[in-house]
Amino acid sequence: MSDQVDHSRRRLLTAATVGVGAVGVAFTAVPFLSSWQPSARAKALGAPVEVDASKLEVGQMMKVVWRGQAVYVLRRTKEIIDQIGKHDNLLADPASEGSVQPDYIAAEGALRSLKPEYWIGLAVCTHLGCSPLGAFEPNNAGQVAGVDLGQGWPGGFYCPCHGSKFDLSGRVFKGVPAPKNLTVPPYSFAGDTHIVIGVDSAPKKA
Amino acid sequence: MLKRWVLLAAICAPMVSMAEEGGFPVMHAGTDINNIDSLQRGARNFMNYCSGCHSLKYLRYNRMAADLKIPESELTQNLMFTTDKAFETINVAMPVESENWFGKQPPDLSLVARSRGTDYLYSFLHGFYADKTRPWGTNNLYLPAAAMPHVLQGLQGLQKPVFKSEPDGNGGSKTELTGVEMMTPGTLKPEEFDQFVRDLVNFLDYAGEPIKAERQSLGLWVTLFLLVFFVFAYLLKKEYWKDVH
Amino acid sequence: MASFPENPAGDGEGGAFGRWINERLPVTAFWKRHISEYYAPKNFNFWYYFGSLAGLILVNQLITGIFLTMHYKPSAAEAFASVEYIMRDVNWGWLIRYMHSTGASAFFIVVYLHMFRALLYGSHRKPRELVWIFGCLIFLLLMAEAFMGYVLPWGNMSYWGAQVIVSLFSSIPYVGQFLVEWIRGDYYIADSTLNRFFALHVVALPLALVFLVVIHLAALHEVGSNNPDGIEIKKKKDAKGIPLDGIPFHPYYTVKDLMGTAGFLLIFCGIMFFAPTFGGLFLEPPNFDPANPLQTPPHIAPVWYFTPYYAMLRAIPSFMGTQVWGVLVMGAAIVVLFFVPWLDRSPVKSIRYRGPIYKIALVVFVAAFVTLGVCGMKPPSGIYPLLAKIGTALYFAFFLLMPWYTRIDSVKPVPERVTGHA
Repeated sequence: MSDQVDHSRRRLLTAATVGVGAVGVAFTAVPFLSSWQPSARAKALGAPVEVDASKLEVGQMMKVVWRGQAVYVLRRTKEIIDQIGKHDNLLADPASEGSVQPDYIAAEGALRSLKPEYWIGLAVCTHLGCSPLGAFEPNNAGQVAGVDLGQGWPGGFYCPCHGSKFDLSGRVFKGVPAPKNLTVPPYSFAGDTHIVIGVDSAPKKA
Repeated sequence: MLKRWVLLAAICAPMVSMAEEGGFPVMHAGTDINNIDSLQRGARNFMNYCSGCHSLKYLRYNRMAADLKIPESELTQNLMFTTDKAFETINVAMPVESENWFGKQPPDLSLVARSRGTDYLYSFLHGFYADKTRPWGTNNLYLPAAAMPHVLQGLQGLQKPVFKSEPDGNGGSKTELTGVEMMTPGTLKPEEFDQFVRDLVNFLDYAGEPIKAERQSLGLWVTLFLLVFFVFAYLLKKEYWKDVH
Repeated sequence: MASFPENPAGDGEGGAFGRWINERLPVTAFWKRHISEYYAPKNFNFWYYFGSLAGLILVNQLITGIFLTMHYKPSAAEAFASVEYIMRDVNWGWLIRYMHSTGASAFFIVVYLHMFRALLYGSHRKPRELVWIFGCLIFLLLMAEAFMGYVLPWGNMSYWGAQVIVSLFSSIPYVGQFLVEWIRGDYYIADSTLNRFFALHVVALPLALVFLVVIHLAALHEVGSNNPDGIEIKKKKDAKGIPLDGIPFHPYYTVKDLMGTAGFLLIFCGIMFFAPTFGGLFLEPPNFDPANPLQTPPHIAPVWYFTPYYAMLRAIPSFMGTQVWGVLVMGAAIVVLFFVPWLDRSPVKSIRYRGPIYKIALVVFVAAFVTLGVCGMKPPSGIYPLLAKIGTALYFAFFLLMPWYTRIDSVKPVPERVTGHA
């Protein structure tokens, strides 16, 4: 019976075998983990959505679905566009610093849109995900969901679930449960009124 | 030791009984899914001659373009004839009423290469012949009373059936279909038609399992890796088993 | 003196953390009892790889099965398309699917070889009868599991295979028709059938199988492993109570089984990457057509691992107006396995010390089983029906005549200590 067990050789061989084996296990794990990523079908269903806004009248809004979520396309009046900077004191994040939005939107400031007339944003309240209602008339000419938004209401969105309010650039008001401005998805214009939601615009030259 | 060979022979002997089934001898397709040029031609052939009736509902245009190295512009211009988008699957607008026109709805062909095999498909597409008794005027050696018309007739030409008469033992004779012969040639020479069909069948083979080429090349790497692992595992086993007497 | 050095793999109890765990759960005691101080005979040969390989394949089926379930849709309307979705749209879905389908066939190859080992070396004999019985139960449940799994892709062979096998139950007198409708949940193989087969295949049977595997191993460890010489190594122990011919499972058999695994994976991956359909035996061509209740495939055959039993089913003609005899014979072919520990009357366990009769009987049995398998794949015409009848007779003769021929067979003297080691 052999008494000389070469422990160091055993450790080396064990380490080498376990090492190669571990590499094998890691390579084998990759397909399983990767199978959770969006499949080709999910990517197809999540493909960009084309919106024809030519029939959208001033002051009107349309909703489309992109990646399973509702997206607002709002055609703002000239008055709203002009007044957009006048109520920053009511807003929690007027400069949209904490917002989720593409860089080319951040560059547009308070209007948060590529073209001033059309505001595009996700109809998903940043509090808990409900779909806010439109309350576009300034000074709340009517009531929304039985709630009087009061004088000084600049026009915007009201979420009926927990009372969050957003202006007509989707910016969140102070003192409401929602923490952030409404998200602006990637989008671009393929024509004057032909919007493609899900495709980024080319970056603007500085 | 002898026992082991006897055992092996006993296991293998019954396998000799795997005989061939009847029917016309099937032609050999000779396809190669690694031949991208052939696959590209096959895709074009399919779109031009087949996609009017047959869908490939499990294959996406963009997947096909990526695998066959077809640029997106060529895809949309030359291979997409409907308003479908590249990320969608290859569907056709063949309505349910087509069952009345043909006798059955033209089936989806996504998996036909896996359920019938490339040799059969190659043979089938070669096997049409004139038959006045059929609604479309043609029949097929490999699918008697096929509902499909001879779509490639312009390219292949029209073949006629060849019969053989034999006395049937009762004083009369029976006629048997033994093959086909070219009657009216088409626009392609026989070798050109062969290549056309080969490309098309190659493409259908690809469509049946788009991952096949990648699977085989990955298999090579996996085998190499496992050989290395086996060597280490073997050495480790030998080292420890030195202890055992 | 046991035939390995002291402490061959080193010792370790994990320090303070190990102590904390062990005070609450006997991890180290379990490790010692079943792995590092479980003494297995040192002469295991090639036939002894198949147990651990079966365990490996079980784990493979469970993990790949779970991942397939994440994408598969168990409804008649969506099942077929969902499998193509897995093959084409899900990242690496094709690999997971092929691991599962190749694994299913590999499972049966390994299990058949594993069972054959038992017949070679008498591993079914006292005191291991219960290990064998649990093994037969695993085999039975595995067949049910594989059958239901094959229905899930809802291809044309899935559908018609289910149709034929479920219809078998209609031959049972009085309750047959009711039973078949109860199994199907409908008047024909339908969505309800698929859905319940899915639940059984994914949850119920895997749980039962894992439980059975655990008690199969527990029963084995209670009495200790057999070996190619059929000798009980516990009869000769050293001063410390360690069998003289025993070696600790860890490190010797962990290391050897690792090598066996590497070899197995080479073959398994070779098949999976280069021939996943295995010439139409593992994934059958008709199953690439969706289920069509109006069109039977020209040639219905079950998957290769069921064909021996299918051949037996078809070999028995109808008597007295009923087909039930074929069903009973097919069932008996499995049931007879459970009795082997008591049918085998030889005074020795291993084929090495048995006479020529058993050797011939075993060769004939294997030839008959393989012939039955081939017959089961072929249409019932030509010489195949006759071959199937002969094969069935020989299969049953192997078991039913065993009490007689194992007793009259000659034996060779059995050594006191094991011969050779791997």
